[in-house]
Amino acid sequence: MTCLPEQTTRSLGLVIDLDTCVGCHACVISCKGWNTENYGAPLSDQDPYGADPSGTFLNRVHSYEVQPDNAPAQLVHFPKSCLHCQDAPCVTVCPTGASYKRTEDGIVLVNESDCIGCGLCAWACPYGARELDLAEGVMKKCTLCVDRIYNENLPEEDRTPACVRTCPAGARHFGDLSDPDSDVSRLVAERGGMDLMPEQGTRPVNKYLPPRPRDSWQGEVDVLAPFLEPVAEEPRGLLAWIDKTLEKL
Amino acid sequence: MAQPRVETSPRVSDEVRKTTCYMCACRCGINVHMKDGKVAYIEGNRDHPVNKGVLCAKGSAGIMQHNAPSRLRAPLKRVGPRGSGRFEEISWDEALDTAVGWLKPLRETAPEKLAFFTGRDQSQSFTGWWAQAYGTPNFAAHGGFCSVNMATAGIYTMGGAFWEFGAPDWEHAKLFLLFGVAEDHDSNPIKMGIGRLKERGAKVIGVNPIRSGYNAVADDWIGITPGTDGLLILSLVHCLLKAGRIDLDYLARFTNAPVLLECNPKSPDHGLFLRDADGKPQVIDRATGKQVAWDTPGIMPDLTGHVRRAGVTHTSVMHHIAEHYLDPQYAPEAVADRCGLTPERIRALAAELARAAFDDPVVIDRPWTDFRGDRHDRMVGRPVAIHAMRGISAHANGFQTCRALHILQILLGAVETPGGMRFKPPYPKPAEAHPRPHARARPGQPLNGPHLGYPQGPEDLALSDDGLPLRIDKAFTWENPLSAHGLMHMVISNAHAGDPYRIDTLFLYMANMAWNSSMNTAGVMEMLTDTDENGDYKIPRIIYSDAYSSEMVAYADLILPDTTYLERHDCISLLDRPISEPEAAADAIRWPVVEPDRDVRGFQSVLLDLGARLGLPGMIDEGGAPTYADYADYIQNHERRPGVGPLAGWRMSDTGLTHGRGSPNAAQIDSYIANGGFCTLHIPEEAQYFKPWNRAYQDWAVTTGLCDTAAPYLFQLYVEPLRRFQRAAEGHGDQQPPDHLRDQIKGKLTPLPLWYAPDAGSPDTYPVHALTQRPMAMYHSWGSQNAWLRQVHGHNPMYLPSRLMQEHGLQDGDWARVTSPQGEITVPVMEMAALNPNTIWTWNAIGKRKGAWALKPGAPEATKGFLLNHLIHELLPPKGDGLRWSNSDPVTGQAAWFDLRVRLEKAEAPPEESRPAFDAVTSPVGQGPDQLTWQSKT
Amino acid sequence: MHPAPSIIAFTTFSGLGLGLLFWLGVDPEAPTGWIGFAFFLIGYLLAGGGLMVSTLHLGRPERALKAFTQWRSSWLSREAWTACAALIVMGLYAALLVFFGVQVHVLGWLGALLCLATVFTTSMIYTQLKTVPRWHHWSTPVLFQLYALGGGALLSGRVITGLVLIGLAALAQAGWWLGGDQRLAASGTTIESATGLGHIGRVRAFEPPHTGSNYLLREMVFVVARKHAQKLRLIALGLMAVLPALLLLLPFGHWLAAVAVLAHVAGVLVSRWLFFAEAEHVVGLYYGKR
Repeated sequence: MTCLPEQTTRSLGLVIDLDTCVGCHACVISCKGWNTENYGAPLSDQDPYGADPSGTFLNRVHSYEVQPDNAPAQLVHFPKSCLHCQDAPCVTVCPTGASYKRTEDGIVLVNESDCIGCGLCAWACPYGARELDLAEGVMKKCTLCVDRIYNENLPEEDRTPACVRTCPAGARHFGDLSDPDSDVSRLVAERGGMDLMPEQGTRPVNKYLPPRPRDSWQGEVDVLAPFLEPVAEEPRGLLAWIDKTLEKL
Repeated sequence: MAQPRVETSPRVSDEVRKTTCYMCACRCGINVHMKDGKVAYIEGNRDHPVNKGVLCAKGSAGIMQHNAPSRLRAPLKRVGPRGSGRFEEISWDEALDTAVGWLKPLRETAPEKLAFFTGRDQSQSFTGWWAQAYGTPNFAAHGGFCSVNMATAGIYTMGGAFWEFGAPDWEHAKLFLLFGVAEDHDSNPIKMGIGRLKERGAKVIGVNPIRSGYNAVADDWIGITPGTDGLLILSLVHCLLKAGRIDLDYLARFTNAPVLLECNPKSPDHGLFLRDADGKPQVIDRATGKQVAWDTPGIMPDLTGHVRRAGVTHTSVMHHIAEHYLDPQYAPEAVADRCGLTPERIRALAAELARAAFDDPVVIDRPWTDFRGDRHDRMVGRPVAIHAMRGISAHANGFQTCRALHILQILLGAVETPGGMRFKPPYPKPAEAHPRPHARARPGQPLNGPHLGYPQGPEDLALSDDGLPLRIDKAFTWENPLSAHGLMHMVISNAHAGDPYRIDTLFLYMANMAWNSSMNTAGVMEMLTDTDENGDYKIPRIIYSDAYSSEMVAYADLILPDTTYLERHDCISLLDRPISEPEAAADAIRWPVVEPDRDVRGFQSVLLDLGARLGLPGMIDEGGAPTYADYADYIQNHERRPGVGPLAGWRMSDTGLTHGRGSPNAAQIDSYIANGGFCTLHIPEEAQYFKPWNRAYQDWAVTTGLCDTAAPYLFQLYVEPLRRFQRAAEGHGDQQPPDHLRDQIKGKLTPLPLWYAPDAGSPDTYPVHALTQRPMAMYHSWGSQNAWLRQVHGHNPMYLPSRLMQEHGLQDGDWARVTSPQGEITVPVMEMAALNPNTIWTWNAIGKRKGAWALKPGAPEATKGFLLNHLIHELLPPKGDGLRWSNSDPVTGQAAWFDLRVRLEKAEAPPEESRPAFDAVTSPVGQGPDQLTWQSKT
Repeated sequence: MHPAPSIIAFTTFSGLGLGLLFWLGVDPEAPTGWIGFAFFLIGYLLAGGGLMVSTLHLGRPERALKAFTQWRSSWLSREAWTACAALIVMGLYAALLVFFGVQVHVLGWLGALLCLATVFTTSMIYTQLKTVPRWHHWSTPVLFQLYALGGGALLSGRVITGLVLIGLAALAQAGWWLGGDQRLAASGTTIESATGLGHIGRVRAFEPPHTGSNYLLREMVFVVARKHAQKLRLIALGLMAVLPALLLLLPFGHWLAAVAVLAHVAGVLVSRWLFFAEAEHVVGLYYGKR
């Protein structure tokens, strides 16, 4: 079981738009809510009202400052959850077969009743996508809301991961990345979607769309100048110009 | 080996109950999934006009708020000294009897001695109605320390402002210019809007000292120096005027730019509009050259109109705009340094606005007719959408800065046109259509009208015949004449000082005044516990209602415990702050999706009970029996005007159910529940733009009961009421300001916006600006009791720009002492490069008092977290004249939080805790559990 | 990586125990009777005890048997198999020796091989992790083997062999440290590759996702000050190799030998602590830490 499938029928995953993510943590909490109530054990919280509150989360939003050479520093919000890698190292290290990659859609899951909580899968994951739940003693990770996306008790339009459904800025997209014609694959192609840590050789399914170029006004100064060509230098001149212009209307 | 079988279609819930979120002020629609009678999961409601299915972190964490261990459980009577947190639980009867025992004698003798102020109240039309029936002039909500500058400037200028009042046209805008915004103000709609703009390839420019949140995703960031936004905006106006990049047709038809001014300096009306016998402002008709009333059908007002009479030339407002803003003092070169920008940056921004507005206008092929009867074949718009809130508002120059922003929008022709900014019903609604303030208390009588309003001149001020303030917060006085939301930040300070008079009972709802909602927090805690020479508290009685064990609880004598937002009825009313969108009027309800499991009651129901026990008019029938059983009963059956009640949906007409005007419907709430908790009244297509002047919109507004007669109006580039106050300060009229305020009124209440530097400490001694902002995942103090949210923001560093980190030899995790003219704090620091180089900031209201919110003593909120409030005084430093000058905008009284200036030093010996540190209060609800494994599934 | 006492104890003691069993297995004249019993008991206490301790860090120790199922792909599963096989085969070998005085050499050799295989599988659990560049190197299994063989030799009373092997282990350890210090940089994984933002400019971690701690930080981001690490490295080498060598080169005495063994074990514990504490998991880059 912990051998990876040669190929999956589909490669479901997320495309996360770093150009649009405002860092609001909506996806983080929506995920926490859904997965506390659904798939497997609840996501527990230790010392929730105390000095060192620390709970299990399957999705967390980082933030980074990026300093270009000749422009102001930028702030990039960076949501991160399981990337459902094609070569998922977390799966092959699992001694019990609890971790596996589904053949039909490529989702990497933990079968909690087989998990011994050894933590090795979390060690093997370069992205920090897996967290051991301290109350339950089993490994928790993003399920891509496998209990939503096929859920016949939900209206069709709600059959998306909770994080995607809730994202206010529309920075999260869900779909089949093995289908080149899917919306997500097109987004990746158009916007130069990228892998995280490609050198780790994990071949992530989830892709990140890089921020669009920022603060490019300096390059446009000459183009913009004609828009401020003066029609008058002082009030009398401006009023005369207004009169003349209104005549023409 | 086969794959494990995964249950991919588990039962999601037994039932979905749709109500309105209250995790911040945005009022999104939520689907509450119920399992076995318990709340199991909360998600956004896809059909809801505000959030269309999405939900922020706070909203999704509602389940942790609803179940928070900090929930109050029963009415409480204080048994220890004020501030100790020692209480004993009492019955509701005892609690209400106590309140009646305090309030009844007051009403009969001096109703103004009750000060009733509500914080993040979403039922102000109800609480205001109650206060009016009681008869005290001392009522307001938290607007005065929030964003009243924005609201007031918008309403006086264009009959609407941002957020509930108006929103960008996300579908057509090509350039979006965003100034400082508090995140809870329209949070999901702005996120959705920015997402939509990005999807459409529109450009987003952020003007903000801090590049976080929305500014982080802005294509261009302008890291302006705090408090100088007005200067930047007027410089943009200067550039656009000079280049003739203004919408002449729009200005002529829809604004008071062509209105003629009395230009004779000797006239008592100097600077007021020329009016005809009917009092209508005059314009010159371009076709005939005649002087006519502004609304004469068929005319084309002349922007550059003027008329010569008795040797004096009376010119149009446009002349004055040209004269004011073409002045070289507004040239980019002249302002850039003060704004912390380069002249090139300012010019480029002006040029981008010009290009976006005039190079590629939005044209919608949709004919419409204006109020003068002119038929327009198409709707032509300027696709520049501008939005702003708290960031430019919370300064002592905020009113005029907000005014300047609206002038810029209007000059571009970008308000109520496609691609610009649009109003949400009941707006547009000009200042004259709003009530005037009322403040004359009479023993045993209700107040003669609503408390809050929009003064048109000195005659509307809330002053006694002796010229003394009638209100405890000194709203609507010469100090801040247009204080349309009151000055909640001054209530405790004034009541403690007995200035203008002493009060007896302070009654607060949802206002954490002993902590993050006050400036000068430590000072306020002292005022609340201070005693007179007899050992009696200077503020004799304090009643407080809150659902949670907030810091304020410890300072009250009587606690009326409220329910959580999932246990209550509420109405988000068109009489108040509804959830309308530019293309629809909409209101909503909350309803108890679960019943409380504690001895708590919804505050509004308690207020009705209290009102009935006090015998307040409207709350008892002729026989003295309560008119309303509870708030739900009020929501359904109260009528403010005939046919107009708190909710506009599913009212009764002769022919059956109707929206808008109609008589009460005993099953109205059921209809709301069946419809997902809200009601939408769509605006006809023809009426969706140009609303203030659009006949179709005006007719629709009357039909739906938003107003009683069509009332088209002009945008007020020149605000005449301000000029009326100036005239008084210049010595005209019966109502005269005190001498010490004459210069302030003359200099700052100008009818065309200006910029002045806020008076906030010497830049030499206090060279650095300090700001707070609300994180997207937390709503003021509420978030810290939320087990999920407090993991995201459990403490707050002070963010310093790289320059200041280096200058002071600081590294991440070091501590710094931050000093203002008011006080000193010692706090941990962290570097941020994407920050104005002369500005520091922190997250608002993460710091907590030990013992509050059912947190354990070592909670990082109370050890590493801190409030910036300690550095901000509600008063300006004494000027030596013996007067108490409030730290507020001189026009509106808005609390000037963001004028704060400080100096920094590295704390060589880091303290164990943030300073100042306060003793723990006793928690009236104990402390939360050690572990949560929340799950309602069985 | 978090230097969890259970894992440090497990790798140290099971390595020593398996090393001792290895030497007992290949001993042409293995001890019998009570002496044999004592040697095997020590071996089993160390190896078995170490393995038992390792289950302490499991979230669900009661399901530990499931770890035998994935031997085709998982080094941890293979370790379970080899460890059991080693202990069973050696157990049979030992029982025959102790109770019947019969030495079945084939069994001994097989058991010894399985002991080495167990140490190898243990080391491969770490070596396989690309996410921890310091471990992800062929020298890690070599180091583990040298430690097991050297320590085992010492325990079995093979002074010269032991000292030679421990000396080799010390050399290997020093080389492994020096090489390890370069490995994260050499791996090519940086905060820029982690975020994909390097094309814009220099990347710096700003606000962490949560202000509090979390499992990932506790488990995988353990920052040990460099100057302390250098000191501890010297202490480890001194205890595991230099001190035992000095003690054992003195005229032989049981007490000295015991102290030498204890010093060696202490040194191995320190080096194992460093093995974890110094290991940088690439996930730390997302938190601006290493």
